[in-house]
Amino acid sequence: MQEETLSPPKPPEKRDRVVIRFAGDSGDGMQLAGTRFTESSAAFGNDLATFPDYPAEIRAPQGTLAGVSSFQVHIADWDILTHGDEADVLVAMNPAALKSNIRDVVAGGLILANEDAFDQRNLDKAGYESNPLTDGSLSNYHVMTAPMEKLTKLAVADSGVKGRSVLRSKNFFALGLISWMFNRPTEPIYEWVQKKFGEGTPVAEANIEAFRAGFNFGNTTEEFHHTYEILPAKLPAGTYTNITGNQALAWGLVAAAKSAGLTLFLGSYPITPATSILEEIARLKHFGVKTFQAEDEIAGVGVSLGAAFTGHLAVTTTSGPGVALKSETMSLALMTELPLILVDVQRAGPSTGLPTKVEQSDLMMALYGRHGEAPLPVLAPSSPSDAFAIAMEAARIALKYMTPVILLSDGYLANGAEPWRLPDFDDLPPIDIEHATEPNGPNGVFYPYARDEVTGARPWAIPGTPGLEHRVGGLEKEALTGNVSYDPDNHEMMTAARAAKVDGIANDIPDLEVFGADDADILVVSWGSTYGSVRAGVNNANKAGYSAAHVHLRHLNPFPKNLGDILARYDKVLVPELNLGQLTAVLRAKYLTPAVTLSKVQGAPFMANEVTKKIVDLLEDPS
Amino acid sequence: MTTDTRYTRADFQSGQEVKWCPGCGDYTILASVQNFLASLDIDREKHVFISGIGCASRFPYYVNTYGMHSIHGRAPAIATGVALADPDLTVWVITGDGDGLSIGGNHLIHALRRNVNLKILLFNNQIYGLTKGQYSPTSEAGKRTKTSPMGSLDHPFNPVSLALGAEATFVARTIDMDREHTTEMLQAAYEHKGTSFIEIYQNCNVFNDKAFQILTGRQEREANRIYLEAGKPIVFGKDNEMGVVVGIDGAQIVKVEDVGLDAIQIHDPARPSPGVAFALSRLAHGPSGPTPIGVFRQVERATYGDLMVSQIDDAKARNKATSISDLVQQHGTWTVE
Ligand SMILES: Cc1ncc(C[n+]2csc(CCOP(=O)(O)OP(=O)(O)O)c2C)c(N)n1
Ligand code: SF4
Ligand SMILES: [Mg+2]
Repeated sequence: MQEETLSPPKPPEKRDRVVIRFAGDSGDGMQLAGTRFTESSAAFGNDLATFPDYPAEIRAPQGTLAGVSSFQVHIADWDILTHGDEADVLVAMNPAALKSNIRDVVAGGLILANEDAFDQRNLDKAGYESNPLTDGSLSNYHVMTAPMEKLTKLAVADSGVKGRSVLRSKNFFALGLISWMFNRPTEPIYEWVQKKFGEGTPVAEANIEAFRAGFNFGNTTEEFHHTYEILPAKLPAGTYTNITGNQALAWGLVAAAKSAGLTLFLGSYPITPATSILEEIARLKHFGVKTFQAEDEIAGVGVSLGAAFTGHLAVTTTSGPGVALKSETMSLALMTELPLILVDVQRAGPSTGLPTKVEQSDLMMALYGRHGEAPLPVLAPSSPSDAFAIAMEAARIALKYMTPVILLSDGYLANGAEPWRLPDFDDLPPIDIEHATEPNGPNGVFYPYARDEVTGARPWAIPGTPGLEHRVGGLEKEALTGNVSYDPDNHEMMTAARAAKVDGIANDIPDLEVFGADDADILVVSWGSTYGSVRAGVNNANKAGYSAAHVHLRHLNPFPKNLGDILARYDKVLVPELNLGQLTAVLRAKYLTPAVTLSKVQGAPFMANEVTKKIVDLLEDPS
Repeated sequence: MTTDTRYTRADFQSGQEVKWCPGCGDYTILASVQNFLASLDIDREKHVFISGIGCASRFPYYVNTYGMHSIHGRAPAIATGVALADPDLTVWVITGDGDGLSIGGNHLIHALRRNVNLKILLFNNQIYGLTKGQYSPTSEAGKRTKTSPMGSLDHPFNPVSLALGAEATFVARTIDMDREHTTEMLQAAYEHKGTSFIEIYQNCNVFNDKAFQILTGRQEREANRIYLEAGKPIVFGKDNEMGVVVGIDGAQIVKVEDVGLDAIQIHDPARPSPGVAFALSRLAHGPSGPTPIGVFRQVERATYGDLMVSQIDDAKARNKATSISDLVQQHGTWTVE
C-alpha cells in the first residue's frame, strides 16, 4: 500500500481556523490523541484552545453512550478566544461517539469514522436502528471511513505487541490520519512516544507504526486526497508554552512562594477535577515544596492551617464537596487571621453531580458558605494561563492582609489548554512579607491582634520566635491582646474590623476596563472561565451591527471599585453564568442593577453563539 | 525536679484566668504539664500547644507558649501541619474523649499511623463536659445522661486499644491525680520520636464524678492500679500478690502464688508486635477493675517529618533545575518572532 500514490497530491486548502473533535470510547485513548494533536499544533505555532470532556466512570460499559470521551481542539492562524462552538471535523471511533457528538458538528462538516466499530452490536448499544454510515442519514455531512482496527492490526504486527493489546494503538492510527490531513509535524509525536513508552519498546513501536499507517493511509487513499493548511498564528512576539489551568495554577503557587521567600505547603485530598494540582506540585519536591495527602478534606485544610500558623505559604486544593467539608476550618482561619489559599476547582453539583463536568455554581458558597459573619476575598482566573497570575494574586492578598482567600477555578479551565505567552520569570512582582520578630506593645508586650493602619492586617509571629509567645483560636479575640473576650462591644468591633479588612482590598486591586463603548446598548458581565466565549459572543454581536460592551471580573470579593459606576452607565446588563444566576443576584443586591442572567447548567461551557443570541434577544426586545 | 533549670512553673502560666470548674481534674493536669515544661532545658518558644474543643481543649490558653485553640476534633491535623512546617518545634495536642475519639477519631488514628512528631494528651473523663454531660465514646454502655435517659446503647472505645490498633509507636496511660506518674509519662512521651499518645484519666467532678474512683480512692486504688514497668513482672496489689499472665486468650489476672512468679508476664513495651500490649489494654474496659497504667508500647519507627525532609533533600540533590523558567523549558516552548 505504501508507494502507490494514486494521483498527484493536491495543494492543501488554506483555512484560517478549524475545530477538530476526537471522540471514542473512554478506553479508546481519545484524550491522548487530542492532547498530542494539540501539542504538535502548538509546536507548529497555531493559536489554540481545547475542551477535554470525559465521563465520570473510568471505564463505563464499552460502546455505550455513557462511555463516550471526547477532546475538542480549536486551532487557528489568529488569536482565538474559545475552543469553538461547533466542530468542523469529528473523528468517531464508534457509533456511540458519533451519536453523542453529531449535534455539535457544523453542517457540511467532515466525519471521519472507524468503520470497523460500526457492527451490529455497537450500533445496538448506541441505539441506532440502521448503520448511519450507509443509510443516508448523514447526507448533510461529508463522511469518510477507514477500517482503523484492521489497518492498525496489520501495522503493529511486527511490533511485539500481542493479542487484544494491538487495538490499543488505534488512537494513533486516527491521530496519524488527522495529522496528515492537517499537515502537522510528525517529529513531536515520535519523540513523545519514545519518551513516554521507552525507546524501542514494543508499545512505542506499535504506536509509531499505527501512527505511520494512519498518516500513509491519508497519503495513499484517493478518497482522502484533500488536506488543509492552518498557518502559524500571528500571535504577539514572545516565547510560548501550551498550558492547562491546573498546571498554570500549580506553577503560580510555586512562583508565589518563591516571590515571597516562603516554603509552599499544600495539604489536599484527591478529588476531580482538582487532583492534578496536587500531583503537579508533589513532583516538584526539588523546589523545596511540601505536599501532604491528607485523610480527608478537613485534614487537608487543617494541616495547611497549621503550616500557615508556622509561617509557610499554605494552600489547600479541592472541588465543591471538599469546600463544604473545609468550611468550618476556613472560619477558623478567618478568626485566627492567618494567610491560607483555598482553591476550588468547581464541578457540576450538588452532591457528586456531574463530577467531570464544568459549572460555576460554587460562587455563593465561596462568598457566603461559612457560619457567622465570615467575609473572605474571592478570585477567579479567566483562562487556563491566567490561573498562574491569579494564584500569585491570591498569595499576595492572603499574605498582605493576613486572611484566607478562595480561588474559584473550574473543570473547564483546569483541563483546557491554551498557548501562554511567558512572562519574564525573573521579573515577577515581589511579595513582601514580614514575620514579627519584636514586641509591638509597651514594656515588651506582644499584641498579636494589633492591626496595620493601612491594610488592617495583624502581625504574623511564628512559633519559635522568642518573646512573642501567644495563643490564637476560635473564640472571639480581644482587640490588640488577642485574649479571649466575651465583651459584646468588642465582638461587634472585631466583626466590623474583619469585614473592613476584606472590603479594603478594593483599594489595592486594579479598576475594571470595559471592552466596548461607554454608550453601548448593553453591558455583558462575566466571571471565571466563561471569559473567552462571552468575549467572542460580544464580538459577534458587534459585528452583526449591535452595540454591546463587556466587562470581566477576576475579583469577586471585594469587587473592583469602579464596578458600580460601570453598571450604572448601561440600561441593560446581561450576566452569562454556568449556574442559575448567582453573580446576577449579588450584583442586583449590591448595586440595584437590573441585571438579567443567561444561565447554562448542562455541564458544558458556553458557546459564543449562545451569548450572541441572548444579546440580540435582549436588544430586540422592546421592553 | 532539678532546681538548676531556667524556668519555673510561673514562666508557663499565661496570665489568662483559668475557668474550669473548681475541683476539675484539668487543673491538676495543667499543673503537672507546666511543671514538666519548666523542668526541661528547651526554649519556651519552641513549644506549641494545639487543641480542639471541649473543657480539656481550653488548655492552650493557659500555657504561656505558642498555641491554638482550634475546632472540634481537628487538632491532630492542624498540629501535623505545625510539626511538618518546623521540625524543631515540640508540638503538643490537647484533646478530650469526645474531641479526639468522636468527631476527631479519624484524624487521631491517621496521626498515630503516620508517626508524626506529636505529643497527644487525651483527657478522658468519659463524658462531654463542655456541653454539660452527654455520654461520650468512652462512657460505659448503659450510661444514663440527658441524651440517653434510658441508658446509652453505644459500646465504648478503649483509647489505649484504639491507639495500639492504629499502630501508634508510643502509647501510655496515666491518672490526673497521680502527678508523679503523670510527669514520668510526660517525660517518656517527650523523649519519644514520633507520635506519643497518653490517655489521662481525668475526673469531671460536675458531670461524671468519681468515674475513676477505683483507681484514685484511698481504699480501692492499691488493689486496682497495675503499674507497667519495663523489664519487670506485671504484679500489683498491696503485697504484689496479684499478677498478669498473657496467653492465647489474652491477658488474665491471677494470684501470683497460684502460677509462680516465673509465669508472670515481664513487661516489654519495645516488643515489635503490639499484640501483648493490646492484650494488656483489654484488662479493664472502663475502668471497672484492675487497670494497667504506664507505657504500653514504645517502639522506634521513622517519623513522617523525617521521611518528608529526606525526600525533599533527595529531590534537591537529584534535580537542580528549580526556577519556573526551568519548569517551562522542560514542558516545551516555541517562539513567535
Ligand atoms: C462542630 C462542633 N460540634 C459540636 C460542638 C459542641 N461541643 C463542644 S465540646 C463538645 C464535646 C467535648 O467533649 P470532650 O472532648 O470529651 O471534652 P470535655 O469537655 O469533656 O473536656 C461538643 C459536642 C462544637 N463546638 N463544634
Ligand atoms: S464540666 Fe467537668 S471537665 Fe468541664 S471544667 Fe467542669 S469539671 Fe472540668
Ligand atoms: Mg470528655
